[in-house]
Amino acid sequence: MSESTYEPIIIGFLCNWCSYRAADLAGTARLHYSINMRPIRVMCSGRVEPDLVLAALRNGADGVLIAGCHPGECHYLEGNLKTLRRYKLLKRMLAQFGIEQERVQLVWASASEGSALANAIDRMTQELRQLGPLRWQETVIQRMDFQPAQRVEAISDPVGEEVP
Amino acid sequence: MSERVGVYVCHCGTNIAGVINVEEVARWASEQPNVAIARDYKFMCSSLGQDLIEADIEQFGLTHVVVAACSPNMHEKTFRAACERAGLNPFLFEMANIRELNSWTTKDDQAATHKAKAQIMGAIQRVIHHQPLELIPVQINPSTLVLGGGIAGITAALELANGGYHVYLVEREPSIGGHMAQWDKTFPTLDCAACILTPRMVEVGQHPNITLLTYSEVEAVEGSLGNFRVTIRKKARYVNEELCTGCAICEEKCPKKVVDDVFEAGLSKRKVIYRPFPQAVPKYPVIDVANCTYFQRGKCKACQILCPANAIDFEQQDQILQVEVGNVILATGYETFDPHRIPQYGYGRLANVFTSVEFERMVNASGPTAGKILLRDQPVEPKSVAIIHCVGSRDKNFNEYCSRVCCMYSLKFAHLVRERLPDAEVYNFYIDIRAAGKRYEEFYHRVMDEGAHFIRGRVAEVTDVARTLEEEGKLVVQVYDTLFGAQRRIPVDMVILSVGMEARHDARQVAQLFGLGCDASNFFTERHPKLDPVLTTAEGIFIAGGCQGPMAIPETVAQAAAAAARVISYIGKGTIMMEPIKAHIDAARCSGCRICNNLCPYKAIVYHEDQKVSEVVAPLCQGCGTCVAACPSAAISGAHYTHQQLAAQIEGLLWDARLPELAGVEGD
Repeated sequence: MSESTYEPIIIGFLCNWCSYRAADLAGTARLHYSINMRPIRVMCSGRVEPDLVLAALRNGADGVLIAGCHPGECHYLEGNLKTLRRYKLLKRMLAQFGIEQERVQLVWASASEGSALANAIDRMTQELRQLGPLRWQETVIQRMDFQPAQRVEAISDPVGEEVP
Repeated sequence: MSERVGVYVCHCGTNIAGVINVEEVARWASEQPNVAIARDYKFMCSSLGQDLIEADIEQFGLTHVVVAACSPNMHEKTFRAACERAGLNPFLFEMANIRELNSWTTKDDQAATHKAKAQIMGAIQRVIHHQPLELIPVQINPSTLVLGGGIAGITAALELANGGYHVYLVEREPSIGGHMAQWDKTFPTLDCAACILTPRMVEVGQHPNITLLTYSEVEAVEGSLGNFRVTIRKKARYVNEELCTGCAICEEKCPKKVVDDVFEAGLSKRKVIYRPFPQAVPKYPVIDVANCTYFQRGKCKACQILCPANAIDFEQQDQILQVEVGNVILATGYETFDPHRIPQYGYGRLANVFTSVEFERMVNASGPTAGKILLRDQPVEPKSVAIIHCVGSRDKNFNEYCSRVCCMYSLKFAHLVRERLPDAEVYNFYIDIRAAGKRYEEFYHRVMDEGAHFIRGRVAEVTDVARTLEEEGKLVVQVYDTLFGAQRRIPVDMVILSVGMEARHDARQVAQLFGLGCDASNFFTERHPKLDPVLTTAEGIFIAGGCQGPMAIPETVAQAAAAAARVISYIGKGTIMMEPIKAHIDAARCSGCRICNNLCPYKAIVYHEDQKVSEVVAPLCQGCGTCVAACPSAAISGAHYTHQQLAAQIEGLLWDARLPELAGVEGD
């Protein structure tokens, strides 16, 4: 795939109660947005274990979007807050792998926010187009083996980052 | 090839087939590993489409089924049922949503077709890991909680109670009746609101199947469909309900008056020990502690001294009640738009600008002016009245939606003004007249025939700054008349702002308490806007009336009865089958680290000290999967959302992205 026609693939974990319904609503409202997100329905964003995010990246996804209910609106009371905690830790680890911040994103979308979710997917797709393919083999496997110390120093700590 | 998967690609007319090349997708699917048969069909959800699946299951001995069609929220149950009819466990089915999440979001047919293949591959690879599951039977508690005692809650409670089922009717205010008790006449029939409402209130108060809890609020809700445990705070009235006869001597003798902001909309005063209105149900008064001389200064006790039944109890405490119910109907109602938010309309600044709620009280024979239409700054009848429609509604600065009732009640106001003050001029300032309802249009024509003026345009300003002699001492309504094509200034004596309906200020907290969704305007979200308008996204929680969206009394009553009918159908069934999406801990793999114990929001995980392992208490587990994701030993599995299933779906979704040379370099 040449760079000019490169289209990123995003795996989207959508929680059943808010963000999957937001995605349904975006479709029902015929909102046109980037086709790049491939959805997986989970009951709660709290089900998304970091290992599944890594599995997606390892298997060729260029980015992973996790979408849940807004804090305070989780169908399971606070599953999304557990997601947020894990997400922050995961981001720190991904940075150490040399994976850019934009590749894994967490957004909140309530069942009525079809357009907000569509916008988030558009924005993320655009960011990943700028970054280009992830190339797990070169980015992670080779760098992990040969230049670990140099890599860790080069990456800033992302923990203070704001979540939308 | 041990698995035999059937793949069905739906055209959905042109909804899917208009964008996605469904024939190509089905042909491609038929060539994929584990796929025994792949077909495309015009409408998979039709009985013929379902028959196709059933016949194939039998003919090809399918072990799993994938349907690529619309959202699983739409038709997952339909296809699961089809599988079950053909003898296949319904959980050996997976749906790929290629309509809402694909064809409806793009015009790019190639990209959509490509994405559909990925979605289907994800579903195929996921479904072969599906386990047959059995639905879990849940007993339905035949009692119901109805929250809110307006016309919606009253109707729902009576429907259920008359059907022979017990109801807990919880109302925040001291009396049931809601907004409807405040209104004078109801459009378009002009029958008096109190005359049709109060008999139903009395019926509620006396019904043996209704436990009426007024001046009470729900504090906590636990459990799920069939078995909710609800904690209710019954606030202290400081009146012993066992002794009180409702004679109202206390109300008469109480020496202190305060402005009644709730029932009389601030137009008159009430006593500090009070019933909101004389027909209140229940009949017991309540002491307004914040204003009571005894509670604030320790003196007075006039009510206690003069009560012939010795019913005043200053020591009374709030009571915390626990009730168990099978279903909940939320009928929490609405609030009216606060016109202070539109300063150019002068509400609160110009004395003779009224809200529609104030006007309703004023024209009510039992209201503050005994039904006389009078100005606020002097006891004089207005000679001209302006009614401004759509205040706060159909306005991008406030509420974008139409509040639906304002046109009709504004027409009713125009009629009432003409009826009471035949010489007064009435001006309706409207954007569009929305008189869509039974006998509504006829009522509009009647009001026009009665001589009310109609000026089309959104009012820019209401001002008391006169430009001409004629405007001196008047309120001037400045408007661009869109039919006339010019700015106009209409001087009037009184302005009524037809304020719209809004969700309750605490609707989001209530939604959170009961675990349901709100839309952007904070109205509760129904499960389906057309086909399931009274059930919410939370099983066993129904909604009726203004809490769902703006609506008039007839729709509210219809919805309340519909919600009650839905509850009765659950109760009648006795037992319903719940999805078995629950977590399970493999004791052999559990290390007893207890990480999951604190993660569970439902406290459904218990730790066995003796065996040093944790266990999921299945009836409490709601199936979110947070513990599954957290378990460091992978000892917890979430039924239907196992790690294996999700990982397989990821691989399938990325079937085209996984570079061949990477295979085997890094494994699971």
